[in-house]
Amino acid sequence: MMLRDMQPAAVAGEFREYHINLYGFGARKVLVTDEEVPYPDGKLIVSRTDTRGIITHCNQSFVEMSGHSREALIGAEHSILRHPDMPGVAFKSLWDDIEAGRIWHGYVKNLRGDGKFYWVYATVIPNVRDGRVVGYTSVRRKPSRTKIRESIALYQQLKAQEGSHWDGPEA
Amino acid sequence: METIYQLTVSPDFTPEHISGWYIYNTWLQRNLGLHFHLEMYDSFDAQREAIRQDAVDLIYANPYDASMLVREKGFRAVVHPMGVADECVVAVPVESAVQRVEDLQPNARVASTDDPDIHLVGMIMLEPADLNANNVQSIVVDGYVLVAKALLKGSADVGFFLKDAWDGLSNTVRKQLRPLVTSQISDIQHVLLVGPRLMDSAEDIQNLMLRMPQIEKGSGVLESLGFEGWAEVNQEDTEFMIDLMDTLKAR
Ligand SMILES: Cc1cc2nc3c(=O)[nH]c(=O)nc-3n(C[C@H](O)[C@H](O)[C@H](O)COP(=O)(O)O)c2cc1C
Repeated sequence: MMLRDMQPAAVAGEFREYHINLYGFGARKVLVTDEEVPYPDGKLIVSRTDTRGIITHCNQSFVEMSGHSREALIGAEHSILRHPDMPGVAFKSLWDDIEAGRIWHGYVKNLRGDGKFYWVYATVIPNVRDGRVVGYTSVRRKPSRTKIRESIALYQQLKAQEGSHWDGPEA
Repeated sequence: METIYQLTVSPDFTPEHISGWYIYNTWLQRNLGLHFHLEMYDSFDAQREAIRQDAVDLIYANPYDASMLVREKGFRAVVHPMGVADECVVAVPVESAVQRVEDLQPNARVASTDDPDIHLVGMIMLEPADLNANNVQSIVVDGYVLVAKALLKGSADVGFFLKDAWDGLSNTVRKQLRPLVTSQISDIQHVLLVGPRLMDSAEDIQNLMLRMPQIEKGSGVLESLGFEGWAEVNQEDTEFMIDLMDTLKAR
């Protein structure tokens, strides 16, 4: 399913517009605000994908935090959550690791359907059934503010190095 | 000679349900027509050693051990109990200055039992305070009442409780403690698993458990275990829970 552009009607308050280029799926217009939604205490945010990164399952916390309906999520590319502040190398290392059968950990800033964002600490593992990788599972938990601050600094640096292949406000 | 199979129960059983497991064992043998010996290990280590030596045939297992049982020992999960949840309460003494998990400091003294899934989930709930196994003092005690005691005595700053055990604390004790956060995971639960020697009976055991409330004395036995009933677990449910546990164990 092609990811649709975000519509201003879905977003509360002032927003910035970015055109992000998603691997294999082309451009998507996203609308981003500065409002953070706190991670829900005590919960795990869980999703599973097929081997191409298409969402096949997610738990209720995932649905609630994403700001999308379950119907919009199942069958969509996982990059539906891709925030323009995330450097591409973070996801390259994710895919390199899981495609090689390794576990990946990382701090991720995610974009909600309403333009707000939330931070998670994610662990992604390959799902092996009868010796074959049939998909991937990601389990997110609440990150510390220290780790979030470190990640913000690191990701800004990485984005600066990558150069801007975004067509956004700073471009 | 008739085979005697071994039934065992995750050592985190609550004391008031011990007799329930003996009653369950009797009921199971009568309704399944197989001979079981119930072995109650007093620690997770002792139980894991028995599993390693292939002594166990039917086990009501902690989710933490499900991975080893399924992937290394060829067990198959058939049902999980209804009406009980493997959730963890993280609590402090009521007068503690700590108001949120994030207020906890490095070197905090953490009281818990050897119950591996509750310890794991509890430690994950301390991560927002930048705490981990390397910068806390872990105090392992013999039961949840002793976790409460350690907090009341001031020998621990924070404690982990199985939700059911927390709910079972006396009012006077609970009033002197304050929960900071309670996990709401629900995808992690104890399961009843059948071992390789008993695999031919896996379906019979599953069906028997599912029909348990309708069979003579079954609902009474369930009551003495503290369960509302059993629900079916298929292979993919189990694999998913194991994947989830693996992400939590990975560091
Ligand atoms: C199991 C799994 C979970 C993922 N979770 C996220 C996520 O929460 N947020 C996100 O931006 N990307 C996530 N990704 C990565 C996306 O598939 C994608 O690589 C990323 O959004 C960047 O988009 P791009 O690869 O099209 O450049 C996940 C991938 C997998 C396999």
